[in-house]
Amino acid sequence: MPLTEADFAAVLLTLELAALTTVLLLLIGTPIAWWLARTGSRWKQPIGAIVALPLVLPPTVIGFYLLVSMGPHGVIGQLTQSLGLGTLTFTFTGLLIGSVFYSLPFVVQPLQNAFEAIGRAPLEAAATLRAGPWDAFFTVVLPLAKPGFVTAAILGFAHTVGEFGVVLMIGGNIPGKTQVASVQIYNHVETMNYAQAHWLAGGMVLFSFIVLLALYSGRSSQRVWQ
Amino acid sequence: MIWPLQRRNVPTPTLGGAGEIQARFKVEHADFTLDVDLNLPGRGVSALFGHSGSGKTSCLRCFAGLDRPSEGYLQVNGEVWQDSAQGLFVPAHKRAVGYVFQGANLFAHLSVRRNLEYGLKRIPAAQRRIALEQAVELLGIGHLLQRLPGKLSGGEQQRVGIARALLTSPRMLLLDEPLAALDLKRKQEVLPYLERLHSELQMPIIYVSHSPDEVARLADHLVLLEDGKVSASGPLKETLLRADLPFVFEEDAEAVVDAQVTAHDPAYGLLAVQLPGSGISLQLPHGPLPPGQSVRVKIKARDVSLSLQQAQHSSVLNLLPARVVDWINVAEQAHVLVRVQVGREQLMARITRYSFDRLNIQREQSLWAQVKSVSLLGAS
Repeated sequence: MPLTEADFAAVLLTLELAALTTVLLLLIGTPIAWWLARTGSRWKQPIGAIVALPLVLPPTVIGFYLLVSMGPHGVIGQLTQSLGLGTLTFTFTGLLIGSVFYSLPFVVQPLQNAFEAIGRAPLEAAATLRAGPWDAFFTVVLPLAKPGFVTAAILGFAHTVGEFGVVLMIGGNIPGKTQVASVQIYNHVETMNYAQAHWLAGGMVLFSFIVLLALYSGRSSQRVWQ
Repeated sequence: MIWPLQRRNVPTPTLGGAGEIQARFKVEHADFTLDVDLNLPGRGVSALFGHSGSGKTSCLRCFAGLDRPSEGYLQVNGEVWQDSAQGLFVPAHKRAVGYVFQGANLFAHLSVRRNLEYGLKRIPAAQRRIALEQAVELLGIGHLLQRLPGKLSGGEQQRVGIARALLTSPRMLLLDEPLAALDLKRKQEVLPYLERLHSELQMPIIYVSHSPDEVARLADHLVLLEDGKVSASGPLKETLLRADLPFVFEEDAEAVVDAQVTAHDPAYGLLAVQLPGSGISLQLPHGPLPPGQSVRVKIKARDVSLSLQQAQHSSVLNLLPARVVDWINVAEQAHVLVRVQVGREQLMARITRYSFDRLNIQREQSLWAQVKSVSLLGAS
């Protein structure tokens, strides 16, 4: 048996975390990307830069600030405590919040690009055909931006699967709760269990390769629209 | 190729009279100001004519509600769509306008049929005045319904765009240079359909164009825009002949005349047309057309000369009894533009100042207009 029970639990937890993060990111990222693609506001650049921060910051930095703010004396911590939820550090929910921040640019940027590529013209056509803004968004923007949504979902999912630093900082290493695959590999290496590490690490390589392959072949078939 | 016009009788509104479309728009950008005040007839084709940058499209976008002018008032056949003094602005999707975009702007992800249904579905059944089949027939696009817009030619896309706009049963149809993106052949393919709209629809059509021939061929009312301002607005024929605006279309003054086909002479390849109401006949080289067919012809001022006697031995085919209305001096010293009445229509003659003095031309004077060339509009 190449994978232990703990390994399986870590893989399952990873997939669960990535799936939930992706769903949340599409819900949160869509309005942000839409606003960034449309606005002429002077806040566009600062907000865009904040969204892109996780691209350049070491995950430990994001993890550190999240740890502090979700801790008993942090802003989020105070809020969750006053709601009777306790603190979110070292919980799955805390991990989910961290993942959303960490993968945000990977979802927002493809969506923003897709929205910008669509431009104003189809929306104006929809308006002159009596479609209100919401109607036009669901019947024109969503279908036209579908490739962007697929890219965003794949990147958001894959990037969350590959997360390590943030998890370690705010989630720790609790089996079944916060112990994800990347952390489990780290555990195996720490305990000199290279054979086990190989199985998980190799699996991650294969997974990432398939994801990117799907992404690139999807992109070339989208050319049909042009 | 010939493009006969199916003209219906449009009550010609008088200049300055109350139109059924009232529009005042003021849009200010850093480098451009649109400031127009228009009264347009509630039926027929009104052309917004001007160079690029003159504000034609901005104006049209204000009609549709796609742009919101800082100050504006818009009333279409009794319905107020904008009144900035009252803070009223009906958004684009709540205005009953059909808008035909310059590049058709079809939805790339929907088939032609689904594109057509997009607007249709959003109109309550009780308010629909045109069925899908009718629009499809009117624009001749039945064979395209299953295709995606990307697979259509520019002309086909534009026809689908027009049908899609019509299917919203609009109270006003707005066309933004629907032919500008098309080559000559595609233009000739779409123009007859535009003429059918003109003759078969009751709603007012506002047509933006920078092509003199399209305007002369399709319009009933002409609005000239220059640098965001209206420099003239009135019935097409009168406006073309206005003495203070001799070069409406810049290169040359011209008159547009409606006529009816009477006969065709196959031996000489000449078509005879008659000016309604006066029995005056014109001949022009053209293929046969059915007698009774209505046509619109263009006569350039430089192709008209004046003579005191009816020339007996001239190569010029068309000698028309005329009466001098007035004249203006053109920028260059050598020529004078003389406006003459021929039957119910008016023509312009561009003659030299020397001839003008030698003939001693006076107002109300009767003379003969020799018309060297008459062209059927759109026949180019």
